[in-house]
Amino acid sequence: MNCKKVILELTSYLDGVLDSNMRLDLEQHLSRCTDCRLVVDTCRKTIQIFCNSEPVPLPEDVRQRLHTALLERFRRNAKST
Amino acid sequence: MVPCQMSVARLCAQPPGAHWILSATDPKPLASAIVRDDEGLLVSAAKAGDTAAFEELVNRYERKIFRLGMNITQNREDAEDVMQDAFLKSYQNLDRFQGDSRFYTWLVRIAVNEALMKLRKRRPNQVSLDEPLTDGDGEDSVFREIEDWGPSPEKKFAQVELNEILNSVIGELDPIFRVAFLLRDVEGLSTEETAQILGISSAAVKSRLLRARLKLRQKLNKYFRRSETQ
Repeated sequence: MNCKKVILELTSYLDGVLDSNMRLDLEQHLSRCTDCRLVVDTCRKTIQIFCNSEPVPLPEDVRQRLHTALLERFRRNAKST
Repeated sequence: MVPCQMSVARLCAQPPGAHWILSATDPKPLASAIVRDDEGLLVSAAKAGDTAAFEELVNRYERKIFRLGMNITQNREDAEDVMQDAFLKSYQNLDRFQGDSRFYTWLVRIAVNEALMKLRKRRPNQVSLDEPLTDGDGEDSVFREIEDWGPSPEKKFAQVELNEILNSVIGELDPIFRVAFLLRDVEGLSTEETAQILGISSAAVKSRLLRARLKLRQKLNKYFRRSETQ
């Protein structure tokens, strides 16, 4: 496997859906290619950092307005049926 | 990729003696793990006119839909509109929901469409959902900037600063790449679900996801490379 192929298969590899023979080939390449190893490592960390980031909070006033709008829609629907 | 909590655990799992290699042997957890089993019952009850059942669905997903709206539009007012419109439209069209996908997936599809419409209104000439032409910033340029980030690069920043960095770099992505990344890697939807939501093939989702991951990696490099902080 060459470097270009590693990049093409990167998403499948990171997602754990790469065919086992292909995965072995790719990991053999990683064991001898520092550049690809760093790309895989930093790409994995990129995903981790976004996943671990603080979730955007839902402000209470925004939530209140949503539920007020819903109640209004429920009432309107009940009247029309 | 899988829902965040699980994906992190799996991404962190490393075979002995090879600390940089991902464990790719674990079975892939189902994206549906983020949905409680009674979602179908709630949807049926809501369809039959039980507004409390619909409110329960709203309570479950309001935070996720608001977060998705914020991440796509990068604007709080737009995110609020996206969330309200997504829930009101899903309620109004509940009888059209056939149950051939999860309710959550259907809801996300409505929210993504609303969010992209917001973006198009804000920047009509800049936001396109067509595949961008090769811009020299994709797979071919991946080996331009290769540097070690160290074991926990994010710890070099305070939480507030880190959030600003992440918001900034994701905001710089083309919307089509941003949405693919958010749905797959942040919201934890499967490739198939993401394809269904975006109305594209699974292969196209994988291609966009690869571009998104590589671009984000490249953009984060300037903050996280070891040479930057030593």
